[in-house]
Parts: sequence; structure tokens; C-alpha cells
Amino acid sequence: MTTALENAENHIRRGRIIALIGLLGFAGVYLMAWRFTPVERFQGLAQKIFYIHPPAAYASEMAFVFAGVASLLYLLLKDERFDTFAEASAEVGLAFALVLLTTGPIWAKPIWGAWWTWDARLTFSLIEFLLFCSYFALRSAVRDPAERARYAAVVAIMGMLLVPFIHITVYLFNTTHPQPVVVKTDKPSLPWEMLRTFLTSFGVFTVMYLGFVMTRYGIGARRVAEELSDAG
Amino acid sequence: MSLWRATRAIAAKDLRIEWRHKTALLTATLFAILVLLIFVFARDPATLSLGDVAPSVLWVTLALSALVALNRAFLLEREHAALEGILLAPVPRQAIFWGKWLANLTFVLAVQAIAFPLWILFFNVTPTLSLLAVAGVAVLAAIGFTAVGTLFSAMAVRTRFAELLLPVLLLPFMIPPVFAASEATLRLLANRPMGELWGWLRLLTLYDLAFLVLANLLFPVVVDE
Repeated sequence: MTTALENAENHIRRGRIIALIGLLGFAGVYLMAWRFTPVERFQGLAQKIFYIHPPAAYASEMAFVFAGVASLLYLLLKDERFDTFAEASAEVGLAFALVLLTTGPIWAKPIWGAWWTWDARLTFSLIEFLLFCSYFALRSAVRDPAERARYAAVVAIMGMLLVPFIHITVYLFNTTHPQPVVVKTDKPSLPWEMLRTFLTSFGVFTVMYLGFVMTRYGIGARRVAEELSDAG
Repeated sequence: MSLWRATRAIAAKDLRIEWRHKTALLTATLFAILVLLIFVFARDPATLSLGDVAPSVLWVTLALSALVALNRAFLLEREHAALEGILLAPVPRQAIFWGKWLANLTFVLAVQAIAFPLWILFFNVTPTLSLLAVAGVAVLAAIGFTAVGTLFSAMAVRTRFAELLLPVLLLPFMIPPVFAASEATLRLLANRPMGELWGWLRLLTLYDLAFLVLANLLFPVVVDE
């Protein structure tokens, strides 16, 4: 048991270091966006939020996908580490989704004239966020760890299948969202100074994701190890 | 025992219990009527006519009453640990899922069958042949979300806050079918050409197939210890 506990502590320690690097990088992104990136002609300062908003969307999406894949692996292999990872990734995904859902309205108010519109991608993010909130509601309502892991995995896998349907639904419903400016078939339409900051931010969000998930995984693994040593 | 015979036996058992008590069916129907009524009062009659809100009201009512109906699906099994009894029976797990799903679908459709004419009455919907198509859409939509509901209610019933947890888990899954069904209803009531309907019907069918298969595959994971 000591080794499991030690392993968990190691994960937490390493995770914190990576998270700290990520956070420092995040401060760097702010500095780049503020001092070394030109102000956009039409949107003015409001556009600066794009150095956070799409990277947060990417990080939360990545977190949710990994949570889903880990859930599937848990059901197939019955290794509780996958459940611990799925929980960690989903929780970090929720945090990034919250960043996404708060920065969106802050940008939308001056540009679209309303804090909230039922735009396709906005609605999609909200539903996905709520889906994972219900994932945690379920987790907290089940006492037995093995049962909790199985039920959570079932919800996550069902959620993965729901995502494409929600995607179709919200697009048929409404979209006013800006279309992609970087990943598209022809050349990115962002000037190099902006693209540089934008891509750096994606890298930084990846590092933050890794750091946060590793820390959270360590915390989860420590709890499992403690439960096992209490039981034994 | 073959899969089909076991499925039929489980569904028949559930429906027989419902039929003997009738409380659940009556309560769910009463609930549907009350939801319809609430909508009449929640709208400003000066700005919104009954016809404007009719398709949305139908779908919110059907979705909410289906939730109430699904909530009781596994509560029956929880009493006196009846689920353990079924799990011990020499039938495949799939049969338990199909049986439960069939009983749930029948129950939800029964509630819808009572709520539907009342909706026509309360919301002054002109009785035309296209209403039969709306009823068909209701069946198509119910197939998918009852499959998800059957799986989730088997889980929710074994947790704390079962009554609260099922709606929280199930409602996100109701968004695509409810949206597609209300769009189809809107077009049917406006006598739009069939070409505008196919997309929505395809979406509903795809949803039904996808979730029937996945919920059935995941069901043994939920019920096995």
C-alpha cells in the first residue's frame, strides 16, 4: 500500500510542477497578447479574449474525450486506474469548460450585443458542460467505489455517443458563431503576430491540462490507496 | 428460454403489475394533463396564440411525463429486492433489458396516448390526418429515449437521490429527440411538404438505433455485481 501511496504523492508532486509551468506560460500568453500582439481593427480589445477562449474549448474537449476513452478502457480492462484518470480528466475538463463559458459571454456582449445567444457552439458547450455535471452528480450519489466506477463509465460512454447528436442538433438549431480562422482548408487568415500568440496559448493550455490532470489523478489515486489500506 | 420469450415474459410481468395497480399510469397521466394546463396559464394570451406554442407544449409535456413514467421503472424492482430475483433467473441479461424497455415504452406510449387527444382539445389543434403522422413521430421519439431511460433508471434506482438523479442524467439525452420531434411536428401541423420532414425522421431513427444498441450493450455492466 505504501508504494501506491508513494506513487500517488509522486504524481501530485510532478503534476504540481507541470501545472506551475503551465500557469507561468499562461501569464506569458497574457503578456504576449497584451504587449506583443496588435489590436484587432474591428473588435478592438475584445478580440484579445480569443487567446484564451478557443484554447479553453480545445482543452475541455480534449479532457472530455480522454475521460470517455478512459471510461471505455475501464469497462474493458477493469483497471481502477482508468476510472481514477477518467474522473480526473472530466473534472479538469469541467474547469476549462467553465473558463470557456465565462469568456464567451464577456466577448459576446460588446460584439454580438448580448451576453447569451443560443448559438450552436455555445449551446453545444453548455450541454456538454451539463452532461459532465450530471456525471459528477452520479459519482457523488454512489457509495460503493466499484459500482461508482462502473456507473460513471456507462454515463461517460453514453455521453460520447450523445455528443455527435447534440452537434447535429445545435447546428440545425442555430449558428452565428465565427467560423474557424486557423484550422481550415486554405491559409490561416490571422496575421503572424496574432497566430503566434494564439498557437502559444494552445501549447500552454495543453501543459496546464497535463499538470492539472496529473495532480488530480494523484489525489484520486491517494484516496483509493487510503480506502484500500483502511479496508485492509 | 429463448431471448424473445424471456423478453416477452419480463415485459408482460411489468405491465401486469402496472395494470393491477393503475396508480402509476393514472398519476403519470394526471401529471401530463397538469403540465398542459400550466402551459395555458404560463403564456400571455395577448401576444402568443395557443397555436404558436402547441408543438413546443406537446413535446415538453411528453418529455416530462415520460421522465415521471421512467422513474418508476426500477422502483418496482427495488422493493423486496426483486431485481436480484430476476438476475438469478436463467435468462440472458439482454432479455431483461429488452423486456424492461418494452414495458417502459408501452407505459410511456399509454401516457402519451391519453395526453395527445387532450393536447388537441386544449390547444385547439385542427384535427387533420397529419395528426396521425405526429403520433407516429411521438412513437419514433419515445423508442430512443426510453432505451436510454431504461439503462439509466437501472442505475439511478441503486443510488441515493434516485428520483432526482434520473432527470438530471436523462434530460441531456432527450434534447436531440425532443428537438427533432418538435421540428417535425411544427412542419406537419403547417402542412409542409414531406421533403422537409425526412431529415428529422432520419435523425430520430438514427438516434433510436444508436441508443437501443449501446444501452443494450451496457445494460449487463449496470446490473451485474
